[in-house]
Amino acid sequence: MNEPMIRITALGKRYGELKAVDNLDLTIDKGEVFGLLGPNGAGKSTTILMLLGLTEPSQGAVRVCGFDPTRQPLEVKKRVGYLPDDVGFYDDRSGLENLLFTAQLNRIPKAEALRRAAQLLDQVGLTADAQKRAGAYSRGMRQRLGLADVLIKNPPIIILDEPTLGIDPQGVREFLDLIVRLSKEQGITVLLSSHHLHQVQQVCDRVGLFVAGRLIADGNIDALSTKLFALEPFMVEAGVSTLDQHDIDSLTELFRQIPEVRSVSHTGEIFRIACTRDQTSAVARTVVTHGYSLNLLQKKRYGLDEIYHRYFENGGTYGKTA
Amino acid sequence: MAKLPDDARASSIRAIRTSAAREIRITARELRTTAARVIRLLPRTTHGPLETQAKHPFWVIVSKEMADHIRSWRFIILLALIALTCFGSLYTALNSIGTPKAVGTRGNASFFFLQLFTATDGTLPSFTVFLNFLGPLLGIAMGFDAVNSELNRGTLSRLLSQPIHRDYLLNAKCIASLLVIAGLFLALTLVTTGLGLLVIGIPPTPAEFLRLLAFTLLTVIYVGFWLNIAILFSVRFRQPATSALTAIAVWLFLTVFYPILIRLVAKAFAPDTASMAMFGPSISGSERTVLDLLRFAPGQLYSDATTTLLMPVVRSLGPLSMDQVAGAIPNPLPVGESIIIVWPQLTGLIAAATACFALSYRSFMRKEIRPR
Repeated sequence: MNEPMIRITALGKRYGELKAVDNLDLTIDKGEVFGLLGPNGAGKSTTILMLLGLTEPSQGAVRVCGFDPTRQPLEVKKRVGYLPDDVGFYDDRSGLENLLFTAQLNRIPKAEALRRAAQLLDQVGLTADAQKRAGAYSRGMRQRLGLADVLIKNPPIIILDEPTLGIDPQGVREFLDLIVRLSKEQGITVLLSSHHLHQVQQVCDRVGLFVAGRLIADGNIDALSTKLFALEPFMVEAGVSTLDQHDIDSLTELFRQIPEVRSVSHTGEIFRIACTRDQTSAVARTVVTHGYSLNLLQKKRYGLDEIYHRYFENGGTYGKTA
Repeated sequence: MAKLPDDARASSIRAIRTSAAREIRITARELRTTAARVIRLLPRTTHGPLETQAKHPFWVIVSKEMADHIRSWRFIILLALIALTCFGSLYTALNSIGTPKAVGTRGNASFFFLQLFTATDGTLPSFTVFLNFLGPLLGIAMGFDAVNSELNRGTLSRLLSQPIHRDYLLNAKCIASLLVIAGLFLALTLVTTGLGLLVIGIPPTPAEFLRLLAFTLLTVIYVGFWLNIAILFSVRFRQPATSALTAIAVWLFLTVFYPILIRLVAKAFAPDTASMAMFGPSISGSERTVLDLLRFAPGQLYSDATTTLLMPVVRSLGPLSMDQVAGAIPNPLPVGESIIIVWPQLTGLIAAATACFALSYRSFMRKEIRPR
């Protein structure tokens, strides 16, 4: 039971000169919702294809439930449900027929397949459209049908490649909730790739930050922020009312004199003070003792947004990936 | 003294017998195990006692593909086209058979029925010529988007992430199309036979019927060749339009331009009339070379083979010298002999189809399947 669901060691894939995936190490345990986060072209999809045996790795090893996808593709494909980023269905068949086709390919007997299809269509909210041609489905409906299609073989692992691309915000929320619920209820391991930070933040237990073919950090959001922002883990936002340029300059100078403060910036009346220790009270004191009126004070935790920007603003090695 | 050699011979004969019996037993056992192994490898409809209800995934794909073909407008239109030409040529054939000139000439009278497929009154080409022309179109139409449309619709990556071997898809597509083609041509031949039967009132002899079946098989193989070319292009080219155009270009080249080209070249190299008169045999040699070159076109192979199969008096497909013809009685050949004559043509067509399939198999198995 100690064997992780997915174990990737020293995995690499090159296309000619280009290293799409470079020396990747990653393990994903049972029941985890793992988010693979990175910009377009970072190698997320390539990694997923290698997990499924749809393309061969140039180096390194992949084990999915203990099986090698290149050597034993059937064993892996029996256990992994894969939803590609723009899933396609046979347009002239109904949603239900498409599901039944997948079920038959997985050797699920007809009666059982019908029962499961009806149940899944209900779960993804497509019961009313089950008989409609898949060609007439909207993007969000197709994606939900895709989820049902993935789940019909009852897989212990599902891999979703950019599952929320092109769905409206409400649809995204429902879709992600559905995934999390399924994962928690049935103990399904989920690997989800995305370049949408907030969605990943919303649903994932653990996140891997993937840039230019390399995994630069992984862990839960808190671990990531302490790891990546070891120098300035705290950010204090202070709003000070009725200021002219002179006040702003003098306040900036005052904030800089507080110990442990690393940088100060401002937009309008809001100052952002990054510091290595929690200096919220010192900031408040500075504002008040110098006779300014403080109308906002909040301590900000670093979210994925900051983490993400950090890596793409770093320029140089990481910036030119997309 | 005389007894010993006798004994020796008897024992050696016995030894040979027992060893032969052992050989046979071993061979039989080997055959049995090989057969068992082959059967185990074949995709089975059922898999173990628990899953008796579930179809093998291979046949799931085959039946889905067949259903797709039969429902598609493309297939319905081609079917209508082929059926129309079939009845058109049947009509002209009946017209020409009706004239007394056609009956009784060239010893063909006994194969009256086969003339339904080959005779024409000159207004429309005969049934076989039509098939030679339209068969490739059918094959190309059924195969040109076999793989790339799945890729473009994004169904390929979904399909291949199911627990099936990758080659199932290609094999199933090929088999499904061949089954549909076989069904179509069998039905067409039988319908034509039935209509002919109604009109002329003479039933076909068993030999004629066998020839018709052989002709149907030949047609299926011929169309199968074009199907495999189209599938090959559908693996190689990402756009269905490109693969369709390429397949049609190959078809046009092989049916129209290739013979013209060969004849042009042959004309340039052919001996002039003066030497022709002097060296008779060498002309037949150069003629033969031209024919051999022409036979690189599958259409030529097909028309050779259909001619032989449906006109039993045809006894050779190359030029015959006077010596060879001298003394020959212009009698029709039995079915077996006709089939032996077309055997190289048949083999050639099957080999070409297999080669195309092997090429597409090779490039498909190593292909990286990216979602759209």
